[in-house]
Amino acid sequence: MTEWRYWLAEQRGTLLAIGIFVAMFLIYATNHPAGFSANMVQTASNKATLLAFVAMAQAIVVITAGIDLSVGMILTLTNCLASWIVVGTATETALGVVGVLGTGILCGMINGAIVIFGRLQPIVTTIATGAMYYGVALMLRPNPGGAVNETLADALTGRLFGVLPTSLVALAATAVLIWVPYSCSVIGRAAFATGSSEVAAYMSGAPIRAAKFMAYTLAGLLSAIGGLFLTFFSYTGEAAYASGNAYTLFSIAAVVLGGVSLMGGRGSAIGAIFGALAFRTIGDLLFVFDFDPLWQPLFQGIVLMLAVSIGAFGLLRVRNRLEWFG
Amino acid sequence: MSDATATRPASRGAGMLRRIDPAVAASFGCIVLLLLVGSLYSRSFLSPDYLLQQLKVASFLGVIATGMMLVILLGQIDLSVPWVVTSGAMMACAAAAHGTTGAILAIPCGILCGAAIGLLNGIGVAYLRIPSMIITLATNAVAQGLMVAYTGGFAPQDSASKAMRYLATGNAVPGLPNAVLAWAIIGGAAIWLLSRTTFGRAIYAIGNRERAAYLSGIDTRRITMLAFALSGALSAFGGVLLAGYASKAAQSMGDAYLLPSIAAVVLGGTHILGGRGSYLGTIAGVILITLLQSILSVMQISEAGRQLIYGAVIILMLLIYGRQKA
Repeated sequence: MTEWRYWLAEQRGTLLAIGIFVAMFLIYATNHPAGFSANMVQTASNKATLLAFVAMAQAIVVITAGIDLSVGMILTLTNCLASWIVVGTATETALGVVGVLGTGILCGMINGAIVIFGRLQPIVTTIATGAMYYGVALMLRPNPGGAVNETLADALTGRLFGVLPTSLVALAATAVLIWVPYSCSVIGRAAFATGSSEVAAYMSGAPIRAAKFMAYTLAGLLSAIGGLFLTFFSYTGEAAYASGNAYTLFSIAAVVLGGVSLMGGRGSAIGAIFGALAFRTIGDLLFVFDFDPLWQPLFQGIVLMLAVSIGAFGLLRVRNRLEWFG
Repeated sequence: MSDATATRPASRGAGMLRRIDPAVAASFGCIVLLLLVGSLYSRSFLSPDYLLQQLKVASFLGVIATGMMLVILLGQIDLSVPWVVTSGAMMACAAAAHGTTGAILAIPCGILCGAAIGLLNGIGVAYLRIPSMIITLATNAVAQGLMVAYTGGFAPQDSASKAMRYLATGNAVPGLPNAVLAWAIIGGAAIWLLSRTTFGRAIYAIGNRERAAYLSGIDTRRITMLAFALSGALSAFGGVLLAGYASKAAQSMGDAYLLPSIAAVVLGGTHILGGRGSYLGTIAGVILITLLQSILSVMQISEAGRQLIYGAVIILMLLIYGRQKA
C-alpha cells in the first residue's frame, strides 16, 4: 500500500500531464469540424510527434539539472542532412538513416564533452553550439529543397492497420527502446541523482560524468529522430532559424507541462511526451474554435506563461522564507 | 568587494594592476589581436573612419548588453531580449505614426513597453520564484505573440520618427556619432550604479548568495525585479536605436542580439552564475564581438560559415578563460 503511494507521488507530474492532454484532446476532438476520425488523429499525431521527440530530448537533459538550447538546431541540422542522404535504394536509405542518427549523436556528444570536460555552463554552451549546428545546416541547405525516400516517408507517416498512426507507434517504440532502459540503468539513476544533488551524487560514488554525457548524447539522438520525422512529413530540408528556435522553446514548455522539474532530479520523458502532445493540442484548439491564426503565437505564449507559473503555488506551502532562495 | 587597496595612495598603481581582472585583460588582448589580423587582410581596417563605424555598430549591442549584464550579475539570465528589442522598436515606430505628440512620445513609449515586459519578468523571477530562463522565454513568446497579432504577420509600415533617426545616425558632437554617445552615457551610468550605489552593491551581493543578502537586510526581491525591469528597458532602447538606424522596425530584428549580448557579457569576464564582473569587461566583450562579426563579413564568408566560426570562437574563448572553478 505505501509502496503504491510512493509510486503515485513520484509519477504525479506525469499523471497530471496525461490528464491535461486527455482533457484537451477531448475538447479538441469533440469540437473538430470533421469530427473524431482516424484521419484527424493521424494529422494531429503527425504534428505532435515532432515536438514529442524534441521534448523527450530536453527532458533527459533537464533531469540532470542541465538544459539543452541546441535541440531545435540539431533538429534543423538533421532535417537538412536527411534531405540529402535519406534517398535511393533500400540500402542507401538505411545507411542514410544511420548517418542522420549518427550526426545527432555526434552533436549531443559535442555538447556533453564541452559541458563536462570544458566545465562551461550548459546554457551558454548550447546556445553557442546551436549557432554552429545552424551554420552547418545552412551550409547543407542554403535554399529549401531536397528529397526523401517517399516509400519510407509515407510508411512512417501513414496508418498502421488503417487506424493507428505510425508516427505515434514510432514515438511509443522510441520511448520503450530508449527511455525505459535508460531510466532503469545505473547511468539513468545516476542522472536523477546528479539532478537532485550533484554533491551528494558525487559523495555516493555515482558516475556523474558518464550520466551527464549520456544525457546530452541521448538528447542529440532523440532530436535527430525528430529531424528525420520532420523530413518525412515535409519531404524537404530547410535551414529555418525561426522554426528551430521555436522547437527549442516549445520543448521547454512541453517539459514543464509534462511535470519535469527544471531544478533537475524529478520527472520522466513519458511526462514530457504527454506535455508535448498537450501543448500541441492547446495550440490547435484555436483553429477548432475558428479564431484568427494570427492570435496563435500569443495564445501559445500565454499558455506557456500559465504553465510555468503553476510552480509558484509551491510558494504558499513554504514555512520559512529562507526557502525562497533554494 | 571592499576596495582596501584604493585607500592606500602609495600602492595605488600596483593596486590598479592587481585589480585588473585577467579575463578583462584577455578580452582586450583579443581585440588587439583581431585588429592585427584584420589589418593584415585589409589596410583600411585601422583607419579612424572604419573604427568609428565599428564603435557605432557596437553601441547598439552595448546598450542591450548593459541590461543583460545587470541580470547576469544577479545570477539570472534574460532570454526575452529578441522580442523585447523588436517590441521596443515596433511600439516606438507605431507611436511615431500618431502626429506630433506621437513623434515626441515615440522614444519613451518604446522604452516603457520594454520596461513593462521586463517588470513582468522581474515579478516572475523575484516574487513567483520561477527560474529566470523559463519565465523570460515565456514572456519572449508572449511579446512575439503580441507583436505578430499587432502587425498582422507583415512587416510594419510605420517608420521611425526624426528624433529616433537623429539619435541613431546623427552627430551632436562633431565626429562622434550620437549612438556612441548614448552608449557612453548609459555605460557611465551603469558603472556609477554598479560601483557607487547601494543598488549596485546589492546586485553583487544577491549574485553571490541571495540568502545571505536577504539576511543582511536587503530587499532582494525588489532589487531583482528592478534589475529585470531595467534590462527590459535597455533592450527596448537598443531596439529604438536600431529602428532609428534602419529607419523602420522589422519582425526578426532582435534575433541577432540574444547570443551576442550574453557572449559579450560572459567574454568580458562576468561570471555566468552571478556576483562577479566589471562593466569594463562588458565594454571589451561588446567591442570584441562586433569586431569579430565585422571581420567575418569583410572576409566575405557566407552566413553559414559566419554562424559556424562565431559559435566556435565563443566556445574557444570561454574554454580558455571562462571556465567554472572545478
